Amino acid sequence: MSGFRGSVRPGRLRRTWPRRCNHPAVTTAEVPLLDFAQVWVGTEGAWRVRDVTVEIPASGVTAIVGPSGAGKSTLLRLGNRLAAPARGRVRYRGDDVADLDPLRLRRAVGMVFQRPTPFAGTVRENLHVAEPGTSDDELAEVLSQAELPADLLDRPATELSGGEAQRVCLARTLLTRPGTLLMDEPTSSLDPGARLALEQLTRGLSRRGTSVVWVSHDLAQVRRIADRVVVMIDGTVVHVGAPDSLAHGAPEPVRKFLEEAAGAE
Amino acid sequence: MPNDIGWVGLAASVVLVAVAVALSVARHLGLEGSMLWAASRALAQLLLVGVALEFVLDVDRSMAWSWAWVLAMIFLAADTVRRRAREVPRIYPLALTAFGAAGVVTMSVLFGLSVFPLEARTLIPMAGMMVGNSMTSTVLVARRVLEELRDKRDEVEARLALGLPSRDAARPYLRAALRTALIPQIESTKAVGLVFLPGAMTGLILAGTDPIDAVRVQVAVMYLVLGSVATTVTVVALGVQRRLFTRDHRLVVPPRPAPG
Repeated sequence: MSGFRGSVRPGRLRRTWPRRCNHPAVTTAEVPLLDFAQVWVGTEGAWRVRDVTVEIPASGVTAIVGPSGAGKSTLLRLGNRLAAPARGRVRYRGDDVADLDPLRLRRAVGMVFQRPTPFAGTVRENLHVAEPGTSDDELAEVLSQAELPADLLDRPATELSGGEAQRVCLARTLLTRPGTLLMDEPTSSLDPGARLALEQLTRGLSRRGTSVVWVSHDLAQVRRIADRVVVMIDGTVVHVGAPDSLAHGAPEPVRKFLEEAAGAE
Repeated sequence: MPNDIGWVGLAASVVLVAVAVALSVARHLGLEGSMLWAASRALAQLLLVGVALEFVLDVDRSMAWSWAWVLAMIFLAADTVRRRAREVPRIYPLALTAFGAAGVVTMSVLFGLSVFPLEARTLIPMAGMMVGNSMTSTVLVARRVLEELRDKRDEVEARLALGLPSRDAARPYLRAALRTALIPQIESTKAVGLVFLPGAMTGLILAGTDPIDAVRVQVAVMYLVLGSVATTVTVVALGVQRRLFTRDHRLVVPPRPAPG
C-alpha cells in the first residue's frame, strides 16, 4: 500500500478503511468511533487530560463541552494523533490509534480548527494541498458541500471573511473524504450568522453519515447541534449523556460549570 | 608596500581605538570599557593565534597539525552556535554535522580540483573562512526554523491534519527560513568590490601580490563562502525540522522562553 508506514498489516487497514468511507453502512455502527481507556496526556505535575475513560459513538454529533483549559481540545486531538497519550489507550473504530499509520488516519479523520487556517495562495491552491491535481469540477462540488460558490476558486484565500475562510477549511478537509470530522471550537472566531451556517452545515454532514465530534464551551450551541454531550472539567470527564441531561441531575462540578456558563451568556 | 607594520605601527593604530572611545564618551554611550576590553582581547587572542600558527605553518611540520587545527575550529564554531541558539533543541551535534559536511564539500572542491595546493598555508585560512562565515547564517537559520514552525503552528498542524507527512507540512516554512538565512550572503556576494574590498584580497595586495592574482583568490574565496553557507544552513534547517517532529508526524515545538 503506497505511503503506508505503520506496524499494522495493510490488509487490516483495507478492511477498516475502504477508500470512500463516509457512509455509516460501511462502518460497524456498534463499534465506538473513539474509545478512550484510562488516558493521561501531559507530564507529571502538568496533566492536561487525567485518567479519562469514555466512548464516543459513531453516529450523530457528540459535543465535548467544558470551561477553557478543561482538556477538551487535547482529548479531541488524540483522535487524529496530533496529540499522543502518555498513558492509556485510544482506539479509533476498534483499532489502537498507536498501531495505525498516522497519515492514513488523518485522511480518514478530518479536523477543523478553532481559527480558520487558510494557506497562502488561492482557494484552488488551498484545496490542492489536500488533494493535488483535483479538477475544478470536483473542487466546485466540494465547495458546494460547504455552501460556497465555485467562483471562489481564484480568490486569495487569506482575503476571505472569517466565515468563508472557515468553510474553505472545511471544504479542504472534506476533499480527503473523511468518515469522521473533529471540530475544535470551529465557530469561536465567527460572527453569529457564520456560526449558525457552519452548525447547519455540520448537522447536514452528520445526517448524511459523517461522524462528528464537536468541542465547544458554548452551551447554547451544544443544545442546538449535539445528540450527546461529554462534559470535561479540569482534565477529567465528569458527565456523559444527552444534552438535556445537563439540566437535570447533573453532578455538582457540572452544575457549577453550567451556572458560570449561564452567567457568561 | 610593506607587509609588516612592526610593533610601532601597531601601537600607532591604537589611536583609532582612542577615536572610538572618545566618540563613546562624547555621546555618553557607556561603551568605553567594552571597547577597550574588546581591543585588548583581540590583540591578545590574535597574538596567541599568531604564535600557534607560526608553529603549525612551519614547512617541516606534519599536516596532521593543520587538520587538528581545522577540527578544533569546527568544534569551537559548533559550540558558539549552541551558545547563540540555546532555544533550539540539540543544536550542537547538528552544527557539528553541518560544518563537517560543508568542510568536506568545500575542501574537496578546493583541493580535489587543485584550485589551491593542499598545504597548511592554504588549508587553515580556507577552513577558517568557511567556518567563520557560516556561523552567523547557521544561528540565523536554526532560530528562524524554530520561530517559523512555532509562529505558524496552526498552519503546520492544519497541513498535518490533512494527512501530509511532516517534511511536506514544514516545507513552505523551511523555505522561508532558508531564504532568510541565504539572502544576506547572496547580497554580500553581489556587493563585493562595489561597496567594500574584502579581507583576503586586501591582505594579498598589502603583501605585494598582483591585484588581478589577488582578485582571482578573492573570487574563489567568495564562492567558497557561498557554497559553505548554503551547505551549512540546509543541513541545519533540515536537522532542526526533524527534531521538531516526532516519528508519527506530530509537531513538538518547545514553548517560547519566558522573557528575562
